[in-house]
Amino acid sequence: MPPTDTSHPDYYHRVVDCQWACPAHTDVPEYIRLIAQGRFTDAYMVNRATNVFPGILGRVCDRPCEPACRRSRVEDKPVAICRLKRVAADHKDDYSAQLPKIPATKNGKHVACVGAGPASLTVANDLLPLGYRVTIFEQFGEPGGLMRTNIPSFRLPQSVLDEEIGTIVAMGADLKLNHPVKSMKELLGRGGFDAVFVGSGAPKGKELNLPGRQEGAANIFIGIDWLESVAFEHVKQIGREVLIIGVGNTAMDCCRTSLRLGAKHVKVMARKPRQFFKASAWELDDAEEESVEIIVNRAPKHFVIENGRLTGMQFDVMEYEFDARGRIVAERVTGEEFFAADDVILAIGQENAFPWIERDLGIEFDKWSVPKVDETTFESSRPGVFFGGDAAFGPKNIIWSVEHGHQAAISIHRHCQGEAVTERLAPGVNLQSRKMGMHEWSYSNDYNPVERRLMPHVSLKERFKKLNIEVELGFTAEQAAAEVQRCLNCDIQTVFEAKLCIECDACIDICPTDCLTITADGEEAELRTRLRAPAKNLDQPLYVSAPLVQTGRVMVKDEDLCVHCGLCAERCPTAAWDMQKSYVAWPHAEDQPPKCQPSLPKIA
Amino acid sequence: MTFIPKPKVRHPSLPRNALGLTRRDYEGVLSTLCAGCGHDSITAALTEAIWGLSLEPQNIAKLSGIGCSSKTTAYFVSGAHGFNSVHGRMPSIAMGASAANRNLAYVGVSGDGDTLSIGLGQFCHAIRRNLNMLYVIENNGVYGLTKGQFSASADIGSRAKKGEENQQPPIDPVLLAMSLGASFVARSFSGDKAQLVPLLQAGLRHRGFALIDVLSPCVTFNDHEGSTKSYAYTREHYEPAVNADFVPFEREIVADYAEGETHPVVMHDGSRILLRKFAKDYDPTDRVAASGYIQERLRQGEYLTGLLYIDETQREFHEVNGTPDAPLNGLHLPALSPGSMGLEKILSRYR
Repeated sequence: MPPTDTSHPDYYHRVVDCQWACPAHTDVPEYIRLIAQGRFTDAYMVNRATNVFPGILGRVCDRPCEPACRRSRVEDKPVAICRLKRVAADHKDDYSAQLPKIPATKNGKHVACVGAGPASLTVANDLLPLGYRVTIFEQFGEPGGLMRTNIPSFRLPQSVLDEEIGTIVAMGADLKLNHPVKSMKELLGRGGFDAVFVGSGAPKGKELNLPGRQEGAANIFIGIDWLESVAFEHVKQIGREVLIIGVGNTAMDCCRTSLRLGAKHVKVMARKPRQFFKASAWELDDAEEESVEIIVNRAPKHFVIENGRLTGMQFDVMEYEFDARGRIVAERVTGEEFFAADDVILAIGQENAFPWIERDLGIEFDKWSVPKVDETTFESSRPGVFFGGDAAFGPKNIIWSVEHGHQAAISIHRHCQGEAVTERLAPGVNLQSRKMGMHEWSYSNDYNPVERRLMPHVSLKERFKKLNIEVELGFTAEQAAAEVQRCLNCDIQTVFEAKLCIECDACIDICPTDCLTITADGEEAELRTRLRAPAKNLDQPLYVSAPLVQTGRVMVKDEDLCVHCGLCAERCPTAAWDMQKSYVAWPHAEDQPPKCQPSLPKIA
Repeated sequence: MTFIPKPKVRHPSLPRNALGLTRRDYEGVLSTLCAGCGHDSITAALTEAIWGLSLEPQNIAKLSGIGCSSKTTAYFVSGAHGFNSVHGRMPSIAMGASAANRNLAYVGVSGDGDTLSIGLGQFCHAIRRNLNMLYVIENNGVYGLTKGQFSASADIGSRAKKGEENQQPPIDPVLLAMSLGASFVARSFSGDKAQLVPLLQAGLRHRGFALIDVLSPCVTFNDHEGSTKSYAYTREHYEPAVNADFVPFEREIVADYAEGETHPVVMHDGSRILLRKFAKDYDPTDRVAASGYIQERLRQGEYLTGLLYIDETQREFHEVNGTPDAPLNGLHLPALSPGSMGLEKILSRYR
């Protein structure tokens, strides 16, 4: 194999699995270390720099970081990254002094944002410190978008939303509540805006047009609309028996909300077996803890109406065949079953919808009425009009919306400064040694075998008394202190200098997870079979050094299970190995120079 | 050295031996040797070799004398028996232990000082008696524990760290052992585990005295230019003569060896050593020719390595002396002690 090019900014970035998996590239190990030191405000600010809403995301993030966490490969459970984010948010002090300064003199550019959800708020967060005027149009009386209307308050308290949104509004965003944008033509025609950002989300819940839908309409609800009505207290109760159709995260919010509005028996009806569920594992767990019944292999057939009133639903009982990789290859109906219900909630997906964007404005849509948006610049086919969040590519999650907002802000900034939006500052990585002296490293490199801490919950008796009792209590001090020790510090990189190596094998002998091998070079597939321990995880790269001085063999490191204990560097007599902290520079609007170097191609 | 112990976490799919143990289960305590010491590599090779043979830790006895090398018995197989003897006296202790219990696997680890200076006499007699043990010399040419004076294995002309040149001829443990009639003689290098591990396994299974002289650079006092036992010098002047693949009795020979290329040696327990010669004229079963060839190569400054001599037919200590099969602690008291009546009978023979 050619020697690994560690100067490519992606190489060390990818080693930090959580940061690589995070759409916003939050420096997770860094903030976990700050929490370990009790520096909660600093930990919060490390988060805020990339994900903008640490308190919100510390509760309801989709957590792409956690399945990626190396700890889950070394043991079976990842570090409770999301819970620790909340620890930082819960215990921070006043951070106003650390927020970017808003210039008194504006730069004369004015940006309009449609919808006050996470994407638009991120655009405002990035552009206000650069002197932009930002006006956000919001249809409802409160900002937050789906974070407020669709996530129930027992999962995300309003006070947390208000605080983190308030921080951005306080930077000088001109928030126009109860201002639905009814016409893009009118908005553009109004003049005065140098750019428009559409962050209006995916507000249209999918319909289930089966027999009986019209007759039973009074007791059949679209999940996201129903949650919105609950959030704004237009709906305060529901029947005793409730069926939820669909098994995504919205379904989980619907079933648990139903229990708080008076339902006694709630069943979530799934068409497929459990391994195909879209809901996050922890949301399923939380729903089942509250005695929600999840029934698999039932496909909706029709609504059952008696005397003009919904009494339940008829389902086909399904059976599936799988191939070796677990994919469904055949399905058949083996029978029918009736489930009684007073109310049915449909939670089978949502879409973006733009009835308010006229089709003659140069903003192109595809045949599914989805706008054509550039995946890097987030610009539509009309220069100066940008999309982000669920509005851009359909429903994803909050953390993706935030990253879309960051990227769109870069484009808006460049657009307003008359620069090409396609020329963007490339990401980079900086390294800094963590060696302090003999046997001293400035990070906690001791592997702690402690198991993942469990989030304490409000008791099942208490939690249903009010809709907005937050179920998760947050980690205790002891739990946080234990959980931070589980982080493997993957950002403290093992950096190898081939010309210093004397091939004494010390690093190979001491490596607790047998990551290292000195061997003859070869093609990757074949090389993987000659390593000290099986290197079967092809998602994780091999590091291959330049030929070593004495024998011409190469140092190979399988990145898969390195626990970053630093013993290779500690045992190395010539300091050929060093432990160096990687700082991933993931550029935002404020970092953009007038002219940019083209980005390197993505790492294979 | 380091003060940071190796964490207990391990690779989740490490291979397991016949006892269901991984090589991590055969480790010892934290090494206090210098970082980069060849001895630590030999320790790792011993761990690997013993794990690979699926030896039960309680059936192993680790013996050593004094010196950097002699500390290393603590660094592998924590569950084994261990004895740190007086300087150079490890062979006596091994002798006594083996006489009392022939069923343990004896692993002696010594250094060039412990073996070739203070313990030379003991070393020679252990070979003469063909004591059933693996005797590893961690040979670095210096007294590392006393700050790097030349040892008895230092080559003429080799330079110390501060520049002085060694004038006295070295004792070569390999040639010495062959002249004393040793039945298993090998040389290897701490930086070549592919060679060392099978040699250690063969040595452990050999019935009789198995000597492996392992060149093991002293990273602190003897790894500079001018040294003839540095990593770089050893790699340049290191010539594998015979490749020895050890195949335990339990395993079929699966590797694909061309006819005539390999020469199998069947060991007493049915295990085989597959010898593959790199030097065409070299015969590791011909003592005289082999030692001539080794001396020839030494004169040209090359260390011949691999399994240099083997004789599986030679009788070891217990066979020569007709000792009982069972360990002494397993015998009934009457068998061990003749009693006063029996003693009287024996004495009367000499009256």
